[in-house]
Amino acid sequence: MPLLEISGLTHRFAGLCAVSDFNFIIDPHELVGIIGPNGAGKTTVFNLITGVYKATAGSIKLAGRDLVGQTPHTITRSGIARTFQNIRLFRELSVLDNVRIAHYGRMAYTPVEALLHIGRFRAEEKRITDLTLDLLSMFKLDDMANEKAKNLPYGLQRRLEIARALATGPKLLLLDEPAAGMNPNEIIQLMEFIGWIRQTFSVTIILIEHQMRLVMGICERLVVLDFGATIAAGLCAEIQNNPKVMEAYLGVEVAQ
Amino acid sequence: MPKLSTAYHKLLEQWHTLTGCKYFWPVFMVAGLLFCAAASTFEFLDLYLQLILIYVGINIILTVSLNLINGYMGEFSVGHAGFMAVGAYVASLLTVHVFPEAAANILFPLAILAGGVGAAFIGFLVAIPSFKTRGDYLAIVTLAFCMIVKSVLENIDAVGGPRGLLGMEKLTTLPWVFFWTALSVWVIRNLVYSNFGRGVLSIREDEIASDLMSVDTRQVKIIAFVVSSFFAGIAGGLFAHALQFINPRMFDIIKSTDILIMVYLGGIASISGSIIGAVIYTILLEILRPLGIWRMVLMPLMLVLLMIYRPRGIMGLKEARLFMPLSDFLTEKLWRQKKKEANDAST
Repeated sequence: MPLLEISGLTHRFAGLCAVSDFNFIIDPHELVGIIGPNGAGKTTVFNLITGVYKATAGSIKLAGRDLVGQTPHTITRSGIARTFQNIRLFRELSVLDNVRIAHYGRMAYTPVEALLHIGRFRAEEKRITDLTLDLLSMFKLDDMANEKAKNLPYGLQRRLEIARALATGPKLLLLDEPAAGMNPNEIIQLMEFIGWIRQTFSVTIILIEHQMRLVMGICERLVVLDFGATIAAGLCAEIQNNPKVMEAYLGVEVAQ
Repeated sequence: MPKLSTAYHKLLEQWHTLTGCKYFWPVFMVAGLLFCAAASTFEFLDLYLQLILIYVGINIILTVSLNLINGYMGEFSVGHAGFMAVGAYVASLLTVHVFPEAAANILFPLAILAGGVGAAFIGFLVAIPSFKTRGDYLAIVTLAFCMIVKSVLENIDAVGGPRGLLGMEKLTTLPWVFFWTALSVWVIRNLVYSNFGRGVLSIREDEIASDLMSVDTRQVKIIAFVVSSFFAGIAGGLFAHALQFINPRMFDIIKSTDILIMVYLGGIASISGSIIGAVIYTILLEILRPLGIWRMVLMPLMLVLLMIYRPRGIMGLKEARLFMPLSDFLTEKLWRQKKKEANDAST
């Protein structure tokens, strides 16, 4: 059974069709890229999957369960986590707290236990903190666990955001332009890093990206969007020579 | 100069050892309670000083609880006086009309608790519009709520209408105020240092990201509003039985503004800041009393200066170590130890 199955997904912003009739299937442990020019509707697709926007039409199924109309936090709890194009960490909170929040959906204590610090509270907090510190040390962030997130350098903020997403325990990880603002050297590192995440956490990954080098390097399949419509889908090599894709990226004349 | 700074650091270190001790808080609580009980029975503090301390305590409760909404959650509620009014009226009606006079003394905590529960219920109702409204618009909602409470109370004759409610005994004593203040500080501190509290903070930082990190933002908002208004109701009940007279006009927007000033003076998102803010504001107002009407010129001027030189308040977004749970330090220390051992083992 496919992990995620999207069919006929459409979203309109007051007349503007941001995504139209988007179909997409991803199997467990795949790594698929979504590419397309600016404003093609890539991030909108992520926002639809995670429930930030409500789809105008179509269905999104995670392992057979329909997600349309559910709130973002229930969708996250059912196993989809994401990062953001422009980093959205909790800037004034410590690195540790940023990641501990991601356990919200799976806490064993009730509000009353939290208010009085009784019952399961202490043991559960210790469990969450230890798990978080373990995760942070895997991401080499544990030395700055008490640093405010806003004080981290840009590259580490990106890394922390991925760590935070993984702390929710996802089956499917959505990465929205993880290479934005990185130089070619850092992109090579990032490629290895994404491969490592996929192995270590055995997650399925959908990647939105502009950097062709990154996408072609690690993705197995690609979907190309332009003005909300899917103009091509298939293996990387097929996409590279697809005239429609060249047209969307480079313009008609150059493509000819 | 360097001598002074080393002396300061040494002192600070000693202070941290003292407050880091497991028995610091229990000892402090017992000592505080004994002091308050002694002060009110033997009257070695005169009644005026006692009354000021009672107001300090009530203002601490109000400030800490409002800070949960305005500081930690980053919303802007101006309706805190409304919750206080609900608590004050519920508690007063119970002690004046319901409870037998002979047992009023024993049943007093129950009345205060009922005031808190009543306010918490109203707080739950106010939390519902906060699901979709935030910032300035939520401020308008809470302002409207404050006005509604005032005009409803003014129009119910059974609770005295605009004339207000009389006949409460002076049941608010220093030990009780100490107890309720300590309880509210402790509970709100506990909430802030739990994952629900982190949820509250994450709403301030980025509500959408918070929702996408599996935080049930509605649940968090309900908890924050219910806890905050519960303690505002407690403060209202204590206030009514300290003053022995309440009327609806006491709980208008001016009262809310007072609490807001204490929150922003002390600093947002800080328990220690709230306590400092409430203490300074209440005591300064009393000290400056001889100045008469000039007090109302001096006080705002000081606030303006504070906002220019310390825009986040005295303790804005900082916390004294005293109020952080020991277990947090402990976990980190253990972690560092474990890591060091692992490093040593590998080399």
